[in-house]
Amino acid sequence: MSLAKRIIPCLDCENGRVVKGVKFLDIRDAGDPVEVAKRYCDQGADEITFLDITASSDDRETTVHTVEAIASQVFIPLTVGGGIRTLEDIRIMLNAGADKVAINTSAVLNPEFVKQAADKFGSQCIVVAIDAKQVSGEGEPLQWEIFTHGGRKPTGLDAIEWAKRMVAYGAGEILLTSMDRDGTKNGFDLALNRAISETVSVPVIASGGVGNLQHLVEGITEGKVDAVLAASIFHFGEFSIPEAKKYMASKGIVVR
Amino acid sequence: MNRVVVIDYGMGNLHSVGKALEHVDKNISLSITSDAQQIQDADRLIFPGVGAMRDCMAEIKRLKIDKLLKEARLEKPILGICVGMQAMLDFSEENNGVDCIGLFPGRVERFSEGQKDENNELLKVPHMGWNEVKQTFEHPMWHNIVDKSRFYFVHSYYVTPDTCKENSATIVGESTYHKAFCSALADDNIFAVQFHPEKSQSCGLQLLKNFLSWDGQV
Repeated sequence: MSLAKRIIPCLDCENGRVVKGVKFLDIRDAGDPVEVAKRYCDQGADEITFLDITASSDDRETTVHTVEAIASQVFIPLTVGGGIRTLEDIRIMLNAGADKVAINTSAVLNPEFVKQAADKFGSQCIVVAIDAKQVSGEGEPLQWEIFTHGGRKPTGLDAIEWAKRMVAYGAGEILLTSMDRDGTKNGFDLALNRAISETVSVPVIASGGVGNLQHLVEGITEGKVDAVLAASIFHFGEFSIPEAKKYMASKGIVVR
Repeated sequence: MNRVVVIDYGMGNLHSVGKALEHVDKNISLSITSDAQQIQDADRLIFPGVGAMRDCMAEIKRLKIDKLLKEARLEKPILGICVGMQAMLDFSEENNGVDCIGLFPGRVERFSEGQKDENNELLKVPHMGWNEVKQTFEHPMWHNIVDKSRFYFVHSYYVTPDTCKENSATIVGESTYHKAFCSALADDNIFAVQFHPEKSQSCGLQLLKNFLSWDGQV
């Protein structure tokens, strides 16, 4: 047997509560992050990703306490993202109990930051989060561009080239979100995931668009990713982690 | 009181190991330290590690942890985790080659990139996620853990112990990623694992629980 494909529930948190927006709008409350994380862990989630989407940086304290509380009760890997800007931010999160940090906007603003972070803390804890949007028109060769600020700000960076560069700089994993699909429940952007997963040597986590269990399967079999991330299908009880694993296993995917 | 020291040599976050230990037994006396006296006084030692081997070994030598471990292996149970396990071998290929502590003969090598699995899919490096550990040797540390349970791994290098030499360790766990590699090894008083028990949910917590009551005998 081989390495299992991972299912990663994602907790988007704002001011200490789990929320999940549809295309960053219509935010619904999905509970206390510590309880939610513990429930997913008990159900057999392979990792937990905690994304702090709190707009202001004033509430960093809340985030640190939440990460500490999760880490003292959840004994599976925990990735923390959102507002990671400095080496000190990374140190604080790792000390609070995060196993990995996800760097997004700061990597775009200062790619060297990823290099410094990987040198200092090791590639194993540096995840680069990439938000990509398709920019090629119909009939043109597929192309995706990196966007920041929740998908509002184009950067001019080609997603595949950017992923390669981030891995060369020491990213140990790529968290790849399709901004076209995020919140739509129409499934992952499989072409995007496949293009990047087959290009880089490190594991890729597919994110954005999961609406049913078949989408998780397609992410692995067609998107060729190593892990699948989903939020709303788990938060609002549409599907449980064991149901997702059972379904994936029935399609021949190795799961834990 | 069971005095447990998690050896802290400045590499990465050791709180998760501490939290997991306290979760399985609230009555232990836990210290996370590099203090020689505390290491010498402990009933059992955890030797974790993350990060690059050159930096790890520099700190291990500066703090004389290599010497303390050589003494301790004769006296008390030691659990090596991840880079802690790797540092127990003679030599690592990482960072263009680093001499390690040498508690056991053997080397640490890198997974080669670009390998394909049986379905012709690219095997990623680091080896990250939950993989099976085949228990190749009966050992008290495997108590109440089903053979071939999955544990959480994250590493780009793996140990290849030389099992023919004197003082060699026994391979007690084996996993497969492109090829079989040693995921757990043991010798009197020492049990070392490539995976992270503190991040491996119930199986990992059971292993830590076993360690807290292990007498160091096989």
